[in-house]
Amino acid sequence: MTLREVQEILEAEVFFGHDQLGMEVKTAFGADLMSDVLAFAKAGSLLLTGLTNPQIVRTSDVLDIAAIIIVRGKSPLPETIRLAEELNIPILGTKYILFETVGRLYMKGIVGCIEKVSDKRDFS
Amino acid sequence: MISHETVIYENSFSLEGRTFKNAGYISRQVKTLLQRMKLSKEVARRAAIVTYEAEINICSYAERGKIILQVTPKRIIIEAIDEGQGIADIKLAMKEGYSTATEKIRHMGFGAGMGLSNIKNFSDFFHITSKVGKGTHLKMIIRI
Ligand SMILES: Nc1ncnc2c1ncn2[C@@H]1O[C@H](COP(=O)(O)OP(=O)(O)O)[C@@H](O)[C@H]1O
Ligand SMILES: [Mg+2]
Repeated sequence: MTLREVQEILEAEVFFGHDQLGMEVKTAFGADLMSDVLAFAKAGSLLLTGLTNPQIVRTSDVLDIAAIIIVRGKSPLPETIRLAEELNIPILGTKYILFETVGRLYMKGIVGCIEKVSDKRDFS
Repeated sequence: MISHETVIYENSFSLEGRTFKNAGYISRQVKTLLQRMKLSKEVARRAAIVTYEAEINICSYAERGKIILQVTPKRIIIEAIDEGQGIADIKLAMKEGYSTATEKIRHMGFGAGMGLSNIKNFSDFFHITSKVGKGTHLKMIIRI
C-alpha cells in the first residue's frame, strides 16, 4: 500500500514527507530499542517506534528505512524533524498505541519485515 | 593479512565522546562515500550499521575517538579507536544483553547490550582489544 494509505489508516499527522506519500510500503518493524532495530529491521520497511529523538532518524538512515511512524501521540523533537528533512526520511505520528498501530496495518496487508528471528545471517 | 592489498581509499573521522550530539554523522559520511564508489547497497548498509554502533559506543563510553575507513578492491576495513574507560571483561561485554549503559543512553534507545554482537554479526571479520583506563580498538572487515 502507499504511505498515504498508511497515513489514512492511522489518522496520522505528517511531520515531514508530504511529497513522498505516494511511496509503496509492504513491511514494518516496531521497537523502541534502536539496537534491535539495527539487528532485525530490513531495508524499505516502516519503523514504528515510541521514541522521538534524532537517533530514530539516524538509525532509519543507516538501514534504508522507508518512513518513520511515531506511536502513542508523541511528537518528534524539533531536531528530529530537522534531521529527517536533511536526510529526506518521512516522519509521521499517530495517536494509536503500538499494538493498535500494528493491528490496523496488519489487517490491511502490511506484514513484519521478518516473521521470526533466525540464526542465519541475512543482510537485506 | 591485507598488507599486500592496495588501499584505494582512506579517510579518518574524529568524534567527541560522552555526548550524542553528532552520533550517526560519521556512519552517514561512510555510507555516502561507499555509495559513490558504486559498492552494493548491502555492503554500504552493513558498513554503515557497524560504523553506527561503534559511534554510539564512543558517544556512550569514551572521551573521544576516531573512525578510520579503508577500502581495497576486495574489502572495506573500518577501525574505531577511542580514548576512554576501556573494557575490563571483553567476553562479558560481547554477550547479548550485557550493558553498563546509563539512563541517558537508554533514553536514546541504546543500552540493550546488542551493539557489539550486532557489529560482529554484520562484519565478516571482527576483532576487539581494550585497555582499562586507556581505550578500546575495534576492527571490522566487510568483504566487497
Ligand atoms: N568503546 C567502549 N568503551 C568502553 N566500554 C565499552 C565500549 N564499547 C562497549 N563497552 C562496554 O561494553 C558493553 C556492551 O556494549 P554493547 O554491546 O555495544 O551494548 P550497549 O552499548 O547497549 O551496552 C557496554 O555496556 C559497555 O560497558
Ligand atoms: Mg553499544
